[in-house]
Amino acid sequence: MSQLVLDKLREKFGAAILETHSNFGDDTALVDAAHWKAIGRFLHDEPALDFDMPVDLCGVDYPNRLPRMEVVLHLYSVTRRHRVRLKTRVGDEDMAGAELDSLVSIWPGLNWLEREVFDMSGVRFRGHPDLRRILMYPEFEGHPLQKTYPADRTQPLVSYRTEDEAGMPLNKLEPFGHDEGMPFGRQGRHPRAEDS
Amino acid sequence: MGDMSNANRSLTLEGSEQGFATTKVDALLGWARKYSLFAYPFVTACCGMEYMALASPRFDVARFGAEAPRFSPRQSDLLWVVGTISQRQGPVLKRIYEQMMEPKWVFAFGTCASSGGFYDNYTTVPGIDKIIPVDVYIPGCPPRPEAVIDGLLLLQDKIARNERRPGVVKPRIDPTDRVKDLVKLRRSALDPAELAPRLRQDLEGQGQK
Amino acid sequence: MEPLDVELDEGELELPAEPMHLNMGPSHPAMHGTVRMVLELSGETIAKVDVQVGYLHRGFEKMCERGTWAQVFPYVDRLNYVSPMLNNIGYALAVEKLCGVAVPERCQWYRMALGELARISDHLTCDGAMAMELGAFTPFLWFIKAREMVWDILEEETGARLTHSFGRIGGMAEPPTPDFKKLCRAALPQILHLLEEGERLLLNNRIFLDRLENVAPISGPDAIAMGWTGPCLRATGVAYDVRKAHPYLKYDEVDFDVPVGTKGDTLDRFLVRLGEIRQSKRIIEQALDRMADDGPVNCDDPRFVLPPKSDVYTTIEGTIRHFKLIMEGARVPAGEVYSYTEAGNGELGFYLVSDGSGTPYRARIRPPCFQIVGGAQRLLEGRMLADIVPTFGSLNMIGGECDH
Repeated sequence: MSQLVLDKLREKFGAAILETHSNFGDDTALVDAAHWKAIGRFLHDEPALDFDMPVDLCGVDYPNRLPRMEVVLHLYSVTRRHRVRLKTRVGDEDMAGAELDSLVSIWPGLNWLEREVFDMSGVRFRGHPDLRRILMYPEFEGHPLQKTYPADRTQPLVSYRTEDEAGMPLNKLEPFGHDEGMPFGRQGRHPRAEDS
Repeated sequence: MGDMSNANRSLTLEGSEQGFATTKVDALLGWARKYSLFAYPFVTACCGMEYMALASPRFDVARFGAEAPRFSPRQSDLLWVVGTISQRQGPVLKRIYEQMMEPKWVFAFGTCASSGGFYDNYTTVPGIDKIIPVDVYIPGCPPRPEAVIDGLLLLQDKIARNERRPGVVKPRIDPTDRVKDLVKLRRSALDPAELAPRLRQDLEGQGQK
Repeated sequence: MEPLDVELDEGELELPAEPMHLNMGPSHPAMHGTVRMVLELSGETIAKVDVQVGYLHRGFEKMCERGTWAQVFPYVDRLNYVSPMLNNIGYALAVEKLCGVAVPERCQWYRMALGELARISDHLTCDGAMAMELGAFTPFLWFIKAREMVWDILEEETGARLTHSFGRIGGMAEPPTPDFKKLCRAALPQILHLLEEGERLLLNNRIFLDRLENVAPISGPDAIAMGWTGPCLRATGVAYDVRKAHPYLKYDEVDFDVPVGTKGDTLDRFLVRLGEIRQSKRIIEQALDRMADDGPVNCDDPRFVLPPKSDVYTTIEGTIRHFKLIMEGARVPAGEVYSYTEAGNGELGFYLVSDGSGTPYRARIRPPCFQIVGGAQRLLEGRMLADIVPTFGSLNMIGGECDH
């Protein structure tokens, strides 16, 4: 994989490109959040790069480090057949300041992807035409893919029936405890709903 | 909810014994209902593929009278809940159920509808019986069409006998009866009876080295 | 009715006109189960549409973080549930890229054959369902009959008709059965015959063509900017197929064409899928010819592949290796990778982040139909209510994948 993309980025933006690597064959650049939109515009408009397809946008939570939420954008150029991964980091422990410029004006396909990152990870996008939840319902509170959200905390919209109403036991065999009967090996990486 | 006992006790032929004619009429109504179930396919996920296969020529649910899908709850009496119900879909399901008229029955098609499946998380309803009453549970992920047909026959049986107790479809072959056939711990390709002498030979051979 | 004594031009008549709001709710047969469209209609014309997905969100990405790498396979199956083998293979390739292992050649051909069978099943379902929603029930039944033949082969190989969970890191769960080639070679001509019969019914039918032709076209650059891939993008004329552009497995060693449309309308999307079924048949035939009849299917890297059962029960190393792989999970090296394959709907990508342990840190799926349904709004605005059905059917939204 040629280093063309990373070289051009470093040449144009210099200090805003914090780190680059090409592990496993994927060209990756960690960039400063303030330059997110400018870098996106450059990658789209520059003829030698010509990134016309937005492939994916997601958030990865690293709560042990600040800034906590890493937003990862994958781009592809259909004409030049090269790819790049752009990463940036936003947000402190409480996800304050987790805001990024929206790139919808450059790639319309990012409309729903940015809504999904907002919904699942809690990053707001400035300038997005319609930033609302897409996979979860509007009454849902919290952002499920953050590591601090317990995986089994449900927020039901319809209250569950009681056993009296049903006339039969509704809870099936109780599952094992936190460690599913295996205290060694996989340790639960998520807080459970009972813990909080 | 789910109380069907008043729905068909209203007919008594004059001059007959109390209960005899009503029983016969019950039997007639049960027979008519069970062979003309109008299904509302509330299809969400992968089990929908098996539902499509069920309607197709090989498994043919039409021969049980349950083919006609009615996409309006007002016109149907059997609610097939096929696939995972998420919390967001919960109010929708409840509303559809409430819009159906008595007598009505519910299938929980698949493990996700019966108990939430392996989606034990923030977004899945752990079984639709938390929201609406269920008549037959068909476990499987997705269940084979034969299992669904078994469930349909079970439901038809319940309708004929006017029984509202929920039932679960069991596998046709109970694995616990056939443990010896199904679980073969074979340490080698040899017949187990020949294994012991061979092992002894190997050990002696190693001792001699 | 007495005649009006005033001559009124039609344009001067002030008729009350407010837009009508219609909800095509999440439980609707044409919405493939779980999409809600809130429509603002002016007569039959759609003024605005809000496509709401997420009614089948099952928390795939969060569930992956709770188990081991191998425990993701059943979840991955249920993403695009009409072609589960393609998802299995895509995920297995992603983890293998991160681990740096390559599977033996026999396994590559096997994966290709099973993957293309799954692709045939996907396209048969999509086109059959589209035809059924337009009223043509018979081709749907024939296509489902053809799909049953594909599922019979997959059931013989993997044990399950639909959600096989057959892929493993470093290979497949079981080697091919001895009859695999014979079954495939017997079934493919019959599937093609059923396909041709269905086409004969549909493609000369004036009504069917009128409902699909020139409905909801989209141009190539627009589709690319929306992130579209797969048959929907190829229908616009852009010949981007991951199997040709960035070949994986052995796709660079087989001969096949990539069907491409011209206008990007619903008819092109329908025809591109039919064409791809024929190309998949070609690929399967070549893969079966090249696949060896014996040899290992799993690579023998002890870090990721389970040992054979005979070793597990007789040697202590085998027992420990089995125990560690099952209980703790394969220790995938730390790092992040984005791996992509051509699934039924387009470029299926997996962005995996590993922290070096047996549990994934983050398993992100890049669902092809999420982007495609994101473009549905611009396709439908300005069209008529009845166009929603074939257009949405041609996009092949699979709820499990779109809502992951």
